[in-house]
Amino acid sequence: MELVIVEEVQKELNRLANQDVYIHLETTNGAYATHNDESFFSSGAFIRNALVKYEIGQIKGNGPYRIGLKLNIGWVYAEGITHFEVDDQNRLLMAGHDYQGKLAVAFQISPTPFE
Amino acid sequence: MEKERQILVIFPHPDDEAFGVSGTLALHIQKGTPVTYACLTLGEMGRNLGNPPFATRESLPHIRKVELQNAANSIGIQDLRMLGYRDKTVEFEDPEKLADHMGEIIADVNPSLIITFYPGYSVHPDHDATGAAVVKAVGRLAPEKRPKLHCVAFSKNSLDELGAPDIVNDVTAVSDQKIATIQAHASQTQLMIQNMAEKLKANDPDMIAWVNNERFWTYKF
Ligand SMILES: [Zn+2]
Repeated sequence: MELVIVEEVQKELNRLANQDVYIHLETTNGAYATHNDESFFSSGAFIRNALVKYEIGQIKGNGPYRIGLKLNIGWVYAEGITHFEVDDQNRLLMAGHDYQGKLAVAFQISPTPFE
Repeated sequence: MEKERQILVIFPHPDDEAFGVSGTLALHIQKGTPVTYACLTLGEMGRNLGNPPFATRESLPHIRKVELQNAANSIGIQDLRMLGYRDKTVEFEDPEKLADHMGEIIADVNPSLIITFYPGYSVHPDHDATGAAVVKAVGRLAPEKRPKLHCVAFSKNSLDELGAPDIVNDVTAVSDQKIATIQAHASQTQLMIQNMAEKLKANDPDMIAWVNNERFWTYKF
């Protein structure tokens, strides 16, 4: 993972547009948030291997970044993205790490299903 | 500590064994008791990926699998079983099927003692769901056929509601092994281990007590 380079992420979003892709999208504050601080409202969401096709994908903001995919019939969106990597399977892995370095959001787009 | 014929440990995450039970297991292994560790997931959803990140969501399970094997080696566990569930989804499995699976492992290993999480008192939903499945599987056995069941609990209400743990093992004699086990899970423990080492060096009594005492509640059916 390296810090987001807007042009490179945008290039990857363009590469993966207009074809069937699999999405991993996750937000998390950790399973121990409320245990460590009772006033903390714990929330998160997770979807893995949602099959979608998007017509346009864009990266926005000045960092941390927002990523949005416009589908024929809807949207996929994440914010707080700080890091990215294109792995050896040509998957675009994006993540947002908080100020302690812990994962807060993951947004991944792959031409093949995630294992 | 009573000598056991065979121990079966069932936890959902690599590193669950490190903090609460690795000293106890090392002591049993020293006495010649074989230990089987069944770990349900590879901690795929862990939030610690390094700072700056050295792992991704997709590489983390591969890293944690190696860490788990190293941790098992430092305790001396010969039989490590990875069950292939996914982190944070254990509670959404069919509870009957999950209990069936736990029952198969119990039948196969035939332990005199099982160690797992106390359902309802173990904070993480995977911990509670794993403990519940093990309790259900053991509960299905005739009372005279049931192995002993020792549960780890650490929710804030555990002392109030369960009372004091009936088993407290002093693991000072194997504390080096225990720390090595915690260290083996480097991706998850790197930051905390520094803090731990400093406190131990300064003879912080809370930290010493936390490392050297392992607490269990015997589950009563
Ligand atoms: Zn755990």
